[in-house]
Amino acid sequence: MAGTKEIRNKIRSVRSTQKITKAMEKVAASKLRRTNQRMEAARPYADKIRSVIGRLYRATPDYQHPFLVKRDTVNRVGFIVITSDRGLCGGLNVNLFRQLIPELRHWQDQGAAIDLCLLGAKGVQYFRRLNINVVAATTHMSEDPRVVDLIGAVSVMLNGFSEGHIDRLFLVHNEFLNTMSQKPAIKMLLPVDPPDQDQLQGRWDYIYEPGAAQLLDGVLKRYMETQVYRAVVENVACEMAAKMVAMKAATDNAGNLIDSLQLQYNKARQAAITQEIAEIVGGAAAV
Amino acid sequence: MDTITVDIVSAEGHIFSGEASMVIAPAKLGDVGIVVRHAPMLTELRPGEVRVKREGEEELFLYITGGLLEVQPFAVTILADTALRDDQLNEQAAEEARAAAEEALRTAGTREDLAHAQQQLVEAAARYRAAQKLKGKRR
Repeated sequence: MAGTKEIRNKIRSVRSTQKITKAMEKVAASKLRRTNQRMEAARPYADKIRSVIGRLYRATPDYQHPFLVKRDTVNRVGFIVITSDRGLCGGLNVNLFRQLIPELRHWQDQGAAIDLCLLGAKGVQYFRRLNINVVAATTHMSEDPRVVDLIGAVSVMLNGFSEGHIDRLFLVHNEFLNTMSQKPAIKMLLPVDPPDQDQLQGRWDYIYEPGAAQLLDGVLKRYMETQVYRAVVENVACEMAAKMVAMKAATDNAGNLIDSLQLQYNKARQAAITQEIAEIVGGAAAV
Repeated sequence: MDTITVDIVSAEGHIFSGEASMVIAPAKLGDVGIVVRHAPMLTELRPGEVRVKREGEEELFLYITGGLLEVQPFAVTILADTALRDDQLNEQAAEEARAAAEEALRTAGTREDLAHAQQQLVEAAARYRAAQKLKGKRR
């Protein structure tokens, strides 16, 4: 009966692991729901601010805000890279890096230097091994990110752009398609593409206080922060979805493992019984 | 009627929406009181108190740390900031982020080694499990 006890212990240990992964799956699912609500809640603000930018842009055709000017020569490119703080979420971060690295190479081949702003501990861990200039980092923002947590890191990059250190600024994060799939996305943040003009044609205009140009400055900065904040929230949603799927797979695998171990256990038990009977029968025959 | 629709939103979510007879907000150039049929206006807000006067209900006070006020004849939208906007504070936050980058890159060594060790442990465990399985089959 030596084998059966070991197998029984192993079944018990796998079962407790399965319980943990199942709990993690449930936790991720409920966090995903909450994060989705946050994404929805942030939408009206983002929409409004975008339309305000469109109006301001139209009202100040002569004013060239640095964020709106496209520079021809690119000497340095900034990337804001959003990753998760924790692992156990499948290939989420790895897929992001896999997409990002060729992009970085592409700019380096053109002779542009690269500045990174890392939001999330996994990004910091990853880029430590590569020889790339990291100018700002923020980690452990929790699943409940706040705009306040981002302002520092984001303003490093925005200042870099307005002072002319950086000529382009990209935002790298995971896009939430649905629970089963997340896609890495690289979007250009700066210079801002001027919003569509046609939609905004109206017969009336606002009274601007103090002036449209000054307003544009404040609004653009808020717009940038909103974009990054949204991306961070979306990335949390992706992390939770990926974690949910990964933990579901782990739970299923544990189930399969338990099944096969159970089979082994039954076989071992049967073998032991058979052997015992054989011994008894053999003994009886000897007598 | 004589009410104006009020929406107060921030980047992190919805704060208030409803009908009001008058909205008083701390605009950059001085407090403004908005009633229905106000001319369209766009202005920045200082940190301060927003007062929403409602008919038959108690006046609502909200403290905001700044933001934008958009007025249309029948609707007022306040885009509230979620954080106090102050150049000095921002500069400090930026400095902290820069320091965090350096700090993280320096200390990542030990943490990464730990992650590496964990990885190896997981691999070893997997190999062990596979070996056990094979052994079980052979037996």
